[in-house]
Amino acid sequence: MKATIAQFRTELALSLRNGEQLLVNLFIPLGLLIFFSKVKVLNSDNADPVDFLAPAVLGLAVMSSALVSLGISTGFERFYGVLKRLGATPLGRPRWVVAKFACVLTIELGQWAILIPTGLLLGWSPASGWPAAVVGAVLGTAAFGGLALFMAGTLGGMTNLAACNGIYLAFMVTGGMVVPFSKMPGALQAVAKAFPAAPLADVMIGSLQQGEHVHGGSWIVLLAWAIIMPLLAAWRFSWD
Amino acid sequence: MPIVEVEHLQVRYGDVVAVDDLSFGADEGQITVVLGPNGAGKTSTIECLEGYRRPTAGTVRVCGLDPRVDRAELNRRVGVMLQGGGTYTAIRPIEAVRLFASYYETPRDPETLLDFVGLSHRARSPYRSLSGGEQQRLNLALAIIGRPEVVFLDEPTAGVDVSGRQLIRDLIRSLATDGVTVMLTTHDLAEVEALADRIVIVDNGRVVADSTPDELLSGGDSEEFTFRAVAGIDAVALGQAVGGAVTELDPGRYRVAAAPTPGHVAALTAWLAKHDILLGDLQAGRQQLEEVFLKLTAEPDTPAASGGGGRSRRSRGGRRPSAGTEEHEADS
Repeated sequence: MKATIAQFRTELALSLRNGEQLLVNLFIPLGLLIFFSKVKVLNSDNADPVDFLAPAVLGLAVMSSALVSLGISTGFERFYGVLKRLGATPLGRPRWVVAKFACVLTIELGQWAILIPTGLLLGWSPASGWPAAVVGAVLGTAAFGGLALFMAGTLGGMTNLAACNGIYLAFMVTGGMVVPFSKMPGALQAVAKAFPAAPLADVMIGSLQQGEHVHGGSWIVLLAWAIIMPLLAAWRFSWD
Repeated sequence: MPIVEVEHLQVRYGDVVAVDDLSFGADEGQITVVLGPNGAGKTSTIECLEGYRRPTAGTVRVCGLDPRVDRAELNRRVGVMLQGGGTYTAIRPIEAVRLFASYYETPRDPETLLDFVGLSHRARSPYRSLSGGEQQRLNLALAIIGRPEVVFLDEPTAGVDVSGRQLIRDLIRSLATDGVTVMLTTHDLAEVEALADRIVIVDNGRVVADSTPDELLSGGDSEEFTFRAVAGIDAVALGQAVGGAVTELDPGRYRVAAAPTPGHVAALTAWLAKHDILLGDLQAGRQQLEEVFLKLTAEPDTPAASGGGGRSRRSRGGRRPSAGTEEHEADS
């Protein structure tokens, strides 16, 4: 337990000290939320865009920390031989994984603690589906975290960096996290629905935007990714 | 009984044989230096002992345990320092020692250890901003924080400046004084002379020498001696005067094929006096490690000093591409 806690604290301190991680974890979601709430280019509906954006950005925040932040930092730790070095200590893989995910979940709590009040200040009046949103966030963390570790544990340092950023951008724009899902062409919608970002955004928006509901398929797809990706990562991960 | 044992170890990467029938041991509380040119198989061997790599054939044992089967147990009892560090680039030394201390049941005190490796004044500087020597000292601290019985140090002074090396060597020596078994690899000969209780010279994946520095370097019953003088003296005439063939090894450096007896040395100096040639650097008996090393790693058919590399497998196909070049150089 002592080692897990020390590992968690160190991982968290290193994340918070890293400028790029701070940018992707906090400033990108926060900036998007404020900008598109104020500059009303996204939504021609009568509804206030913040009602859609606030829950969508909570999903985006999960993807930022679980996919980009975790994936890039782990990839570089592998690249620099940190993971190899840890392999010669008594820490062990299970405690390392627990510390990593505890770190991601803590960062997400911090993100939500800033994004939710900001959304409320911008005029968001959330629906009452918070328990479902939290479950969605946990599943999203497993799905994106699994994908992040899968890439970090199989790709080279620079390839992994590019892949994490590229996938993040692609998921952000096609997942209905900034642009409402309904505004996209049907074919793109069909493809995006099979990946974890759109289902996560749907769970967030369906639970937290007044008058919306979560589509059943979203839970199934998100759950599938949340189970498959961590298993795939555990199976294929190479430590050096 | 040796605390680290390598028996008939072979490591292959596809067709490339990195380590070929390697055998040696390291005794408790001693500093064993594995010396060899780049690509000799040093790191592959150490990585088998650290449990990272599975031997293609042969066995390795540390504290009587199999590094792969009993890895969890050995991770508590063995400290490692990898080539190229393996430390979080943004971590501060004080954070690193505290983190690693948490992995072990009875670790050294982090602050005291940081002071011991001379990093107290850099305790809060990110790892990436430390000098090469400071980084290696931190990595050394992380290797010993768990009070290991054995430490494996892979090129601990690579990329470290002269004064930094001295510090690291002092630290390594004090470890051995405390009874820790140290095995380190290097291609730095000065390191060996400064530290080794025992030298294992590896070349092309085989042990070519395994002995104490004194045994390795003593001329013993040497049948030759060397000296320096101006280049281009009449070696044939000198050889007749001394009573042994004289060869000019490099310009100005000569080898006399005769035992370094007072009579032969007197004959040499007499001849030089007659021709008014200044004698510099007469060397008899103790050899330079560099010479021994070059001799052992250059000649293709050097008989191995240990039992491990007795059979020569050089002629077999699929060797490293450089082997042919080396043999050619040895012939010339």
